[in-house]
Amino acid sequence: MSIAEETPSEVSPAAARSAPVRITPVEALAAVLVVTMLLRGRLDALLAGPRLQTWTTVFVSVLLQAVPFLVFGVALSAAIATLVPRSFWDRALPRNPVLSVPVAGVAGVVLPGCECGSVPIAGSLIRRGVTPAAALAFLLAAPAVNPVVLTATAIAFPHRPAIVVARAVAGLVVAVLMGWSWLLIGRADWIRLPHRPDLEDASRARAFWTACRHDVLHAGGFLVVGAAAAASINVLVPERWLQGLTGHPAAAVLALAVLAVLLSICSEADAFVAGSLSQFSLTARLVFLTVGPMVDLKLISMQTAAFGRRFTVRFATATFGLAICVGTLIGTVLL
Amino acid sequence: MRARAPQRQAQALVLLLLGGAVVRAAVTGASTRYVKDGLRPFLIVAGVLLLATAATTFWYDVRRPTDDEQDDHHPHDHHPHDHGHVPRVGWLLLLPVVGLVLVAPPALGSYSAVQAGSVLAGPGAGADYAPLPPGDPASVPVLDYAARAVYDAGRTLRGRDLQLTGFVIPGPDGGPALARIVLSCCAADGRPVKVGLSGNAPTGVPSNTWVTVRGSYDSAVGRDPVNGAPVPYLRVTGWEQTAEPGQPYE
Repeated sequence: MSIAEETPSEVSPAAARSAPVRITPVEALAAVLVVTMLLRGRLDALLAGPRLQTWTTVFVSVLLQAVPFLVFGVALSAAIATLVPRSFWDRALPRNPVLSVPVAGVAGVVLPGCECGSVPIAGSLIRRGVTPAAALAFLLAAPAVNPVVLTATAIAFPHRPAIVVARAVAGLVVAVLMGWSWLLIGRADWIRLPHRPDLEDASRARAFWTACRHDVLHAGGFLVVGAAAAASINVLVPERWLQGLTGHPAAAVLALAVLAVLLSICSEADAFVAGSLSQFSLTARLVFLTVGPMVDLKLISMQTAAFGRRFTVRFATATFGLAICVGTLIGTVLL
Repeated sequence: MRARAPQRQAQALVLLLLGGAVVRAAVTGASTRYVKDGLRPFLIVAGVLLLATAATTFWYDVRRPTDDEQDDHHPHDHHPHDHGHVPRVGWLLLLPVVGLVLVAPPALGSYSAVQAGSVLAGPGAGADYAPLPPGDPASVPVLDYAARAVYDAGRTLRGRDLQLTGFVIPGPDGGPALARIVLSCCAADGRPVKVGLSGNAPTGVPSNTWVTVRGSYDSAVGRDPVNGAPVPYLRVTGWEQTAEPGQPYE
């Protein structure tokens, strides 16, 4: 299955001639910085209200928390895209895609990472010829179940080891099922990888650094969008709204699933938030922990950038539904 | 990426600013207002990688100044609209730079503490609490006090003179309460832990004022109206205003 790369759009020569005098990006950047410096006092006054202040704090902290994971993920993905030879993946993964999906899922478990890092890695894997089903299983499994996340879950739920097991099982099952569903009904043309001629640079070092620069700006920009959305939800949706939903089991499960998408908390931290949502059933909280690392606002934003909108609409919706079903089922059986 | 030299340099500048802001926040300790202290080494490494990415861009430009990245094969590449997919969205990365360097918002405080339910929830019973550290008064973290009071019925707290530091919020009973934000990862998951104050509680201090209170265990337990979590009490004998600690979170 081959994935088409997006080709750069052709522009008519007429449009080229009518190009106005251009300000170079460096000049624009300098202007933005000067204006910001001049307006600094205004900026502080504008952000003085407690809501806006909390928004800014949460926004900055989500980004600061994500930056190391993003940068390390991008560096690893750039290494995969430029330094690891294609033949490696042929040898590392089973030839049969049905088998390669669970192998990739388990590989994701071993790699401690956050969801922000796994998006560019999955993109690079597909680019290097790994079957998309396996790369997608990796994308879902890596942030959902890894040693760091499971340890955090064990700490957040002391005396409830069952929820750690349930989380690991639910995460893996959803990742592998999503990979297999891609084999069954996925279509290669849903994925649109951005055109990346820079990756074929003759100098591997140069290709590596160019890929780093590109991916940090690309994935990082969408991360900013996601962080802004998450900060808004954090400030605008008071926790007490949830109180009324705790009585209905189905409503509780749905409410926490939606909350997981909206809050966009790092998978390493979501267990502690789930721990504090004590008014909800354990099953509802397991669904929160299963959905969160796989579908959330910042992931949707980043996946759209990496794979295209047609892909993300289908993939995120399917994963959301499947994660709720699997989480509820496993929660009912195990918890 | 078919970036032309000026764009490439602007992108490198964005990375330079971002890397610089991240390293600065980690080195000065400003980052502890937003993330766990343990993340600082990782922030520095990530920031340095960002700076290296920016530096290599400039370096390759200096070495091969006229060579636009790989775009000799495409006649349209020099057109301003054909950025391929030069990540314009990358400009947004200036927002966290502005946030970190120019705005530098304060740590989460009373506003968030009132909005969210106390984290002191869920199972914890059966844990074996070690005796408090020596000292008169003994300094106890707010979260530790609350856990010992609620899940251990104050067994290790009784008969001790205690000292807690946190900020003042309106409590569940209308009186003042002491709160501290507990962070597990970053401020987005920051949740408050609350301790009600009885006795000679600080009155007439605005919310969000940092105080150190002295007092003893009070067996009363209230309920957080937000999530129904138990809120233990401390019988205050004295208090004084303090500056926000370097580590605002627990």
